Amino acid sequence: MEIEKLYISGELDQVESDEIDALIASSKEPYPDPIAWLDEEVKKSALVTSLENVLNWGRRYSVWPFLFFPACCAFELISTAMSRFDISRFGMELLRASPRQADLMLVAGTVTWKLAPALRRLYNQMPEPKWVVAMGACAISGGAFRGSYSVVPGVNLIVPVDVYIPGCPPRPEALLNGLTMLHRKIAKDTILGKDQDD
Amino acid sequence: MTKPLSGPEVARQIGEQFPDAVAEFDETVVLVHSEKLLEVARLLKQALELDYLTSITAVDFSEHFELVYHLTSIKNNHSLVLKTRCDKGEDPRVPSVVSLWQGADFQERDIYDLMGISFKGHPNLKRLYLWQGFQGHPLRKDFIGGAQD
Repeated sequence: MEIEKLYISGELDQVESDEIDALIASSKEPYPDPIAWLDEEVKKSALVTSLENVLNWGRRYSVWPFLFFPACCAFELISTAMSRFDISRFGMELLRASPRQADLMLVAGTVTWKLAPALRRLYNQMPEPKWVVAMGACAISGGAFRGSYSVVPGVNLIVPVDVYIPGCPPRPEALLNGLTMLHRKIAKDTILGKDQDD
Repeated sequence: MTKPLSGPEVARQIGEQFPDAVAEFDETVVLVHSEKLLEVARLLKQALELDYLTSITAVDFSEHFELVYHLTSIKNNHSLVLKTRCDKGEDPRVPSVVSLWQGADFQERDIYDLMGISFKGHPNLKRLYLWQGFQGHPLRKDFIGGAQD
């Protein structure tokens, strides 16, 4: 009954009409260009963005991985680096032999407790900002060797891990998917520190 | 193809020098008492020219540990399986053969590390794969350890 009355009275149409009229009345002048204060010469040669965006853009397309290949997952990683899957599409083809030149530690294999101090030391030698990817079941949780007397049940006990890539071993496609996930994560970084939410 | 030496024949040769050294023998294997191991090994190396130690293995039986030495003569192309036993106690011991075959060094350290058998006379007997503070010997049947989950 109420609804019928509303339609007949044309009250709803009146509300819409008033809104549009008000918008027309208030929209006589165009909004100014946000960079209108720049002169012509600067407009042609400058791009305005936030510092964070530029920094993260640069960082995520030049992630140099560090060679830390304790076991068989390394072969999938080597295959990913070769021409068929071509890791250089993501700006990552520079596999560094020194942790001091690397941004990303790809833990591709089983880590034993005897190797763990070396893993921690190499991580500490990497300059900030740095990221760690745990590749394969062994690096994630110890895998088939979980419960063994000598295998670390997950490298996240030794170093903080950013991305986990499951598989035994993961195929190159899975590795690339994990690396693009890392790129998305880097894009969300803030200048004041790593984004701890995800 | 390397020719395996006859167990009874080798046992007879050992018996001439050391009458109570051989405990058992069969077609291809000679088992000696552990206290005579080094003397017997020296004799075999000299008399039969077994100049190469292929491997040492330790076996955990329910009553004793058994050590298996695969010996080869590169010069004469023949081989022999030599075994010895030691009791399971607080400190199972057998003589080291590093003085005869340098290759025994790491293999005896390997067995010391994972099986807990001490080699008397080894120049550098310490753990090979595991770290010094590790408790127990993981390849023993009674070993319980590692992450329990």
